[in-house]
Amino acid sequence: MSTDSSLQDNVSSPGPEEGDIPAGQVILEMRDISKEFPGVKALSNVTMTVQRGEIHAICGENGAGKSTLMKVLSGVWPAGTYDGEIHFNGRLVEFNNIRDSEHAGIVIIHQELALIPELSIGENIFLGNEVTHGGVINWMTTRKRASELLARVGLNENPDTKIKDIGVGKQQLVEIAKALSKDVKLLILDEPTSALNEGDSQHLLGLMAGLRSRGVTCIMISHKLNEIEQISDSITIIRDGKSIETLRVKEDGVDENRIIRGMVGRDIESRFPDHVPEIGEKLFEVKDWTVRHPNVADRLVCKSESFFVRRGEIVGFAGLMGAGRTELMRSIFGQSYGIFVSGTLLKDGQELHLKSVPAAIDAGLAYVTEDRKTLGLNLLDDIKRTTVSAKLKRITHGLVVDEREEYKYAEEYRKSMRTKAPTVDEGVSKLSGGNQQKVVLAKWLFTEPDLLILDEPTRGIDVGAKFEIYGIVQRMAAEGKGVILVSSELPELLGLSDRIYTICEGAITGVLDKGHADQESLMRLMTKTSSRSDVPTQASA
Amino acid sequence: MNKIKQIFGGDARQLGMIFALAALIILFQILTGGLTLQPDNVNNIIQGNAYILVLAIGMVLVIIAGHIDLSVGSVAAFVGIVVAISMRDWGVPWWGGILLGLALGALVGVWQGFWVAYVGIPAFIVTLSGFLFFRGANQFVGKSNTVPVPPEFQVIGAGTLPEVGPSTGYNNLTVLLGLLACAGIIWGTLRGRRQLINIGATVEEAWITYTRMALICIVVFGAMLLIASGRKGFPVPGLILIALVLLYGFIASKTIIGRHIYAVGGNRHAAELSGVRSKRVNFLVMANMSLLAALAGMMFVARSNASGPFDGVGWELDAIAAVFIGGAAVSGGVGTVIGSIIGGLVMAVLNNGLQLMGAGADMTQMIKGLVLLVAVAFDIYNKSQGRPSISGLFMRNRRSKGSDGDAVEAPTAASEIEKLDETLGQRS
Repeated sequence: MSTDSSLQDNVSSPGPEEGDIPAGQVILEMRDISKEFPGVKALSNVTMTVQRGEIHAICGENGAGKSTLMKVLSGVWPAGTYDGEIHFNGRLVEFNNIRDSEHAGIVIIHQELALIPELSIGENIFLGNEVTHGGVINWMTTRKRASELLARVGLNENPDTKIKDIGVGKQQLVEIAKALSKDVKLLILDEPTSALNEGDSQHLLGLMAGLRSRGVTCIMISHKLNEIEQISDSITIIRDGKSIETLRVKEDGVDENRIIRGMVGRDIESRFPDHVPEIGEKLFEVKDWTVRHPNVADRLVCKSESFFVRRGEIVGFAGLMGAGRTELMRSIFGQSYGIFVSGTLLKDGQELHLKSVPAAIDAGLAYVTEDRKTLGLNLLDDIKRTTVSAKLKRITHGLVVDEREEYKYAEEYRKSMRTKAPTVDEGVSKLSGGNQQKVVLAKWLFTEPDLLILDEPTRGIDVGAKFEIYGIVQRMAAEGKGVILVSSELPELLGLSDRIYTICEGAITGVLDKGHADQESLMRLMTKTSSRSDVPTQASA
Repeated sequence: MNKIKQIFGGDARQLGMIFALAALIILFQILTGGLTLQPDNVNNIIQGNAYILVLAIGMVLVIIAGHIDLSVGSVAAFVGIVVAISMRDWGVPWWGGILLGLALGALVGVWQGFWVAYVGIPAFIVTLSGFLFFRGANQFVGKSNTVPVPPEFQVIGAGTLPEVGPSTGYNNLTVLLGLLACAGIIWGTLRGRRQLINIGATVEEAWITYTRMALICIVVFGAMLLIASGRKGFPVPGLILIALVLLYGFIASKTIIGRHIYAVGGNRHAAELSGVRSKRVNFLVMANMSLLAALAGMMFVARSNASGPFDGVGWELDAIAAVFIGGAAVSGGVGTVIGSIIGGLVMAVLNNGLQLMGAGADMTQMIKGLVLLVAVAFDIYNKSQGRPSISGLFMRNRRSKGSDGDAVEAPTAASEIEKLDETLGQRS
């Protein structure tokens, strides 16, 4: 499962460049950090040493305490609210807020970017740190310095462009430019690539390597172990609020399995549960599916796409972000995206006309959205209400929603999916990402679908929960349902799918059988803006 | 002492708003030298606020769905004047007037709902437009005059349960109503408890349930007896209100459309992708609001014997205040019918008590303003402390109340930290 960084020829290939930097000098030492919340010990005696000019990864499952540790470091939790000492640049430091830590040269970039969409790139870079002359903002200097910073991060954009007009990958670069404007010595990146596609991720990692060679130290929190293995010099592993070990990537010959072992405290023999597919009849078929962009009249987001799913089959969809995977799935799911132009849907040979989401649900389709928090869940609700929310009809008698049945079903799913929650009365906002995802899955399984469409089902969730979700997906297939798996993580697609379609720019560019697919072949098809004629046909239909 | 604690137990906090209401009543009872709980005054409070509470029922649904309705006062006034004129000038009978008013309200609702739901104009704008338009329409139709309504019509605003049967010194029908209410409470409690046991959830000790049930019955029956001992029986607008609370409470918590209202307010996109027709939900809550505004307008006209050009001024704000005191969230998705009624009653008792004490309208306004702020601040503080908010507490059904005390194990450390991180991280 090793990644191949040569896939991205256009990006400077990142990788440890030892020797360029005055390594070996300690820039940060956190000693015996303990932090307690009422009733919970979030961190206990965590110790971590970061060398100057290295990329230091922090790994751990969700809730292990990574974010809390970074909040202690950046002054979100002020000195006095935790035990232990932080030594930065050889001095004992006590930060009372984020401004203090930024003043010392520690900048944290959060997973959810803190940029104002309606302001320009330049305004965002200097937000809170404006270039002023006698209290008045000097726009000329702001633009000039913003351009310089953008050049440093390799972003070719006008500083006057609004943030909302650039993609999330570029926004990430703006965040880094903003950090650079503050004369950063230690840059902390929390899940920097979780929202980026493969190309943007590689560019970002390349940029981090570049920063390293110029002496900026980086701490990176990430769930993407392949990226960690690829770029980091050392790795601190945190489990249950304790620092387990620090690994030197080169010296210790660390690989992904080694990291996983540290994170979960045991070996996961296989990252994908064993699964023998029992593939049956053709269940669902899409023919010449063409959909228009909802706002731009002459832009097609799906260009005459055709594919099918058989019973018991897990069909993967690979594509770069923006390739039109989500748009395709949502347009199939009751035309919940875009404007339908032409095409047919067949289920068990019968033509379907799905003009609304309720119609799609009634027809036995289920679509697990890619963004749990904004599209998948009502965070105000509890587990039981969420579980039944997509098919209330099923437990409604006369006019009354039967709360006993609601409780019963929610409890059944909680048990069968091993959702970690004290009761089904627990609010979904209190659950960790993995458990939230299980609730979303339960919600869709409750609709008793025949075709389950999963859009990035494991994004941002930890290794243990991923493994469990893979198991659930395979169970669904084993029950004879069809499963469509859309994912940006190629190893996941390769590990789970029986067949993989690739999409590029709104068109299916190929289909590969499990045996024929590997990361390179997929990546080639994903980046090919081909005409229909040369669709490879290694797959047996 | 311990036993008393157990009766209120986990419920003490859950019923925070009810306790605040009770405390307020007791406070004013003392301060006014017993005037507050005079039968006539209780009737007066009910009659004088029923129409605002009717609005609050509609408004809470609008606010749960994530909207607001500023037009209710103007719509009420518009419907009031048309109904009054129809009965005076066109010979429409009193029941015809009521039907006409409801139909007119529904029509206004369809109009406003259409713009909000299907055109996508924010409700704030649509109803601000309605606020202006229907105020003007009221004065246009009524030529800024006051139009009286016939006595039969006045029953829905000023009527009380009549005296029937043997002379007992009490209003018999009111006493009967109290008995029915108690029977309903007992039936509901027993049924709920049986269901809990059936699905195998943890239940509290029987005597706690029964003591609480008895307390509620005593309070309800006591209130009815108090009213029955006065010169008049239970007011008709109060009956209308009770019927609406039961109906809308049922819709909000037990039906699909109710679930969908919460879903749309909580996360519209997620709701749509779960098969909720959010446009229809938005249309219905807005249309329903105007329907209830029409009813409220007619109840007010009936109580004041006439429809005038300044009916309904400021009602929208009273209704909105009641809803927010009752624990709804500005951002939608949270709120309950019963919470809003209690919020409205807090305002009503406050209003009444201050008036009895001789405070002017100026002081009353100032105090009401502060109460709104304090109530919502208290709610937000509670939330930031990780305690459930008032509305959150009302949202819980019987089952969770039952198991709240001891059965729930602590939430997992991880989720707890994440939550704390979130709340505190945002504040710093």
